[in-house]
Amino acid sequence: MINYSDTVWMLIATALVMVMTPTLAFFYGGLVRKKNILSVLMQTMTILAVISLQWILFGYSLAFGPDRWGLIGGLEYVGLSGVGMTPIEGQTIPHQLFMMFQMMFAVITPALIIGAYAERIKFSGFVLFTVLWTTLIYDPMAHWVWAKNGWLADLGALDFAGGTVIHITAGMSALVMALMLGRRTGIETGRAPHNLPFAVLGAGFLWFGWFGFNAGSALTAGPLTVSAFLNTNTAAAAAAVTWMVLDKIFNKIPTVLGAITGLVGGLVAITPAAGYVTPMASIAIGAGGSIFGFIFVTKVKPAFGYDDSLDVFGVHGICGIFGALATGLFATKAINAAGSDGLFYGNPKQLAVQALTVAVAMVFSTVGTFVLFKIVDLVTGLRVNEKDEYMGLDLSQHHESGYTLID
Amino acid sequence: MKYVIAVIRPDRLEAVKTELEAEEVHLMTVTEVLGCGRQKGVTEVYRGVKEVSNLLRKIKLEIAVNDIFLERTVNAIVRGAREGEIGDGKIFILDLKECVRIRTGETGGEAIG
Repeated sequence: MINYSDTVWMLIATALVMVMTPTLAFFYGGLVRKKNILSVLMQTMTILAVISLQWILFGYSLAFGPDRWGLIGGLEYVGLSGVGMTPIEGQTIPHQLFMMFQMMFAVITPALIIGAYAERIKFSGFVLFTVLWTTLIYDPMAHWVWAKNGWLADLGALDFAGGTVIHITAGMSALVMALMLGRRTGIETGRAPHNLPFAVLGAGFLWFGWFGFNAGSALTAGPLTVSAFLNTNTAAAAAAVTWMVLDKIFNKIPTVLGAITGLVGGLVAITPAAGYVTPMASIAIGAGGSIFGFIFVTKVKPAFGYDDSLDVFGVHGICGIFGALATGLFATKAINAAGSDGLFYGNPKQLAVQALTVAVAMVFSTVGTFVLFKIVDLVTGLRVNEKDEYMGLDLSQHHESGYTLID
Repeated sequence: MKYVIAVIRPDRLEAVKTELEAEEVHLMTVTEVLGCGRQKGVTEVYRGVKEVSNLLRKIKLEIAVNDIFLERTVNAIVRGAREGEIGDGKIFILDLKECVRIRTGETGGEAIG
């Protein structure tokens, strides 16, 4: 039976998650040098368009089609065949709406990785990589954790809105891309964000869109939705405050970039836990995510010298791992009867399941991205030549300039 | 006293600065400019309409030096900026009449360094 309240909310939530992708464009776009702003905006818009098509043509079927061996969806839903208005079992919204809501997740996940290869990737290589990555890494991963009879779902893994499926896979793939592409040229002498206000605008609207991302993952409009909504806001707030305090302690002064990095880290950390934990637990999860993110972004990355341009691994990977494990600590059936209790509520097994899921996601996305990198590098090449990189991707890849010097 | 104006490729700025540091020339003014020389321009396309511009982004360095510093300043700029291709830029050297340090009122050679 279709419930119209649920349907209205899920339409709104779907639109909220959609907005996160162009929003991410400005978050990332503000952080690059001004010669590369358009390339980042173009990459996110391209993903929005290309993956929207991939998803209805075959992506949705691979992720959510009838299960094959717990590993992948069958091809029954290719071209949306059989995906109509009748809700799937256990849901109260049209099947097509669920499909669209999931589409927006499939769109934003590869878009997150942009931050790792920004300012040095060839556009053709980027397109090929994105399509292959979404099809061969994201779609199976979504199936394992979220689809009926996916093997990690059957083990009892909790991932409310995609901490593992989205943030860990994107974060690990980002690290692989950053390592294999190598460092950007010219950053030793100037890598300051060219437009921090854009980045703040982006972070602010990511926070806004994340209500659709997390509260929408309840798939209904009700008490659980409110719980996820509140936890999302609380974790973002706790994480922003925590990063400001850490900045004050270690760098003498709270910074704008620090505050927005922290809040995004908090949103990532609460994502897997949003519908399973109490508001007080979400303070701990947001703050914890911020602390681990801070360590990786400000200490570990400089120590190892890898050039994860915009800290996709440090923020999404690390906070995603922390959030997935924290879900195994703080989850309680008092919030979500359909969920599970975590370690702090007397169920240590949940933490073990969470740890296994994290490990699977890390290994699968790391190895998968390594292989895809090799393939795409052979077919189209992935890194632009030195001259094009110096000139900037806006001019060299798109023949446009983001800004003019004189009118 | 001489006034040295150099127009160089934007991506050579750091190399030029490093070379100048090595020659103990620390004071300079830097501006982002557009310029055209013999190098071909860039073609941009907006909604299918081509816009060819022969103006390219360049960096202009301005350095005031005492005469004994002139040669090494110019050499340092050449070393840092040269790629050996069209578009490497130019250096202009002008006689400088006077120089005043605003803070102290010093003039001439003393005010430059």
